[in-house]
Amino acid sequence: MLGTISLIPIALSIAVKLSGATVLPGEGPPFLDRVSHNGLFVAFTAMVVAIPLFLPLTIGVVAGDTIAGEASTGTLRYLLIAPVNRSRLLLVKFVGAATFSVAAVVTLLLTGIVIGSILFPVGPVTLLSGDVISIQAALVRILLIGLYVTISLMGLSAVGLFLSTLTVIPVGAMAATVIVSTVMQILGSLPQIAGIHPYLLSYYWLGFADILRNPLSLGSLWSNTLLQLSYIVIFGALSYSRFTSKDILS
Amino acid sequence: MSQILDPQYAIYTSGLTKSFGSYNAVDAIDLRVPRGSVFGFLGPNGSGKTTTIRMLLGLANISSGEVAVLGTSVPKGLGEALPKVGALVEGPAFYPYLSGRDNLFRFDAADRNADSRTRAQRVDDALARVGLTQAAGKKVHAYSLGMKQRLGIANALLQPRELLVLDEPTNGLDPQGTREVRNLIRALASEGITIFISSHLLAEIEQICTHLAVMSRGRIVAQGSVEELSAGQTMKLTLVTAQTDEAIGILKGEGIDAIADGNIVSAVLTSEQTAPEKIVEMLVLAKVGVRSFTVQAPTLEDRFVLLTGEGFEVAQ
Repeated sequence: MLGTISLIPIALSIAVKLSGATVLPGEGPPFLDRVSHNGLFVAFTAMVVAIPLFLPLTIGVVAGDTIAGEASTGTLRYLLIAPVNRSRLLLVKFVGAATFSVAAVVTLLLTGIVIGSILFPVGPVTLLSGDVISIQAALVRILLIGLYVTISLMGLSAVGLFLSTLTVIPVGAMAATVIVSTVMQILGSLPQIAGIHPYLLSYYWLGFADILRNPLSLGSLWSNTLLQLSYIVIFGALSYSRFTSKDILS
Repeated sequence: MSQILDPQYAIYTSGLTKSFGSYNAVDAIDLRVPRGSVFGFLGPNGSGKTTTIRMLLGLANISSGEVAVLGTSVPKGLGEALPKVGALVEGPAFYPYLSGRDNLFRFDAADRNADSRTRAQRVDDALARVGLTQAAGKKVHAYSLGMKQRLGIANALLQPRELLVLDEPTNGLDPQGTREVRNLIRALASEGITIFISSHLLAEIEQICTHLAVMSRGRIVAQGSVEELSAGQTMKLTLVTAQTDEAIGILKGEGIDAIADGNIVSAVLTSEQTAPEKIVEMLVLAKVGVRSFTVQAPTLEDRFVLLTGEGFEVAQ
């Protein structure tokens, strides 16, 4: 799965490279016009492209499989009688899903930086605010974006974990997790219900543009962390109460 | 509560019940599995055997009643009891993309009580015990059903156990495998391990068990040692002789009703009546020519059907 993730920046850079034509600002996904001038923008662009669908999809697959996957193969009952404490198993599974989010984001950014610097010139980066920062400073910003996106995926991982405790069919939990992420984004695009937008899981997902401005503003990073933490607490508690009292009949 | 924790029982349940809605899958059962016994847990499909096992192991919640496993109250003391229990529940289950050995490593690593320094040795010993040393490196998806079953038993034997719960352990095994498992169970029992074995392969159970319980529709309909359960049983007497009338007369004299069909005399004998060897003596003394004289105790299957009913509809 990590291999597929790395295909995104690769496909993106090759497409830009081969087309040869200059991409006009506003054409295609954000930052795409800058890719041919500065290879570091491959990482930013790939991230913007992957957040709405591709990353939630992979998180859905991994988090949805956590408990339901073990239940469907029957290995869950053997783990529990090994014995493994149920709350510990749940924690280990969540840590596993969270580790995958980190690996997914790192893979995406790292492949982006590498392929970008192979195919395109790399130099100081012009920020959204117009300031120019050095490559080193730009790499720090990329690291911050990686952190931001990883945190963004944690809440969804917790939702996936909970959905995974509800069923013995992993595909069901995976699909449900992806549906949750999609529905959140659809609701987030409806101005009529703007009141509930700040509570949606995906509200800050694309908000990392702040990190590409000077002075560096971490406001959205904190708000996002707080929001994701609330999701982790709520769905962690739901998973716990569901899983520790569940009859394991598979 | 103090009685339920009696250390002479490996498993003790009191009014153990599992209900799904208004239906009681397990209905107030009182299991008494003495330590050191090989306990056969019988019953038709759907009679509640596996549900009972799931409750014993803490996989399913108890609706009402009490359970003690190895003198520890369950589910409260599961963490204390389970490390001493090896189990095979409703068929083996493994990660198909891992080898047999790696699967055992994974399950052993999941158990916090397991010593990681002795892990490799314990895994190899368990694999050797079920004859899987050769196939240990193969991926489990390439295993036959019998090999998976044996790997499941190996998984139950990763640690020194006091109780083994084996749910249909010979399912899918060929005759050689079945015999090997039987020998393995005998060997384990001789080490003092209590074996709780559920099965509907009655011939299996009959050969190795010291105690039995029979479940039917969520209830225990018979329980006790094999001797206790065979006491009071009727036996079938078959006598082949040319002098059927004399033979029937002698049997009548002992209060035994007999009927003749050609030169075969048959009768039903209970253990309270005249002993078979006494009857033979009387027949010979009366100069009745005996060509053949057999007394057949009912097979476990006969008793099983008697207790649980006939036909496919016995379980709901």
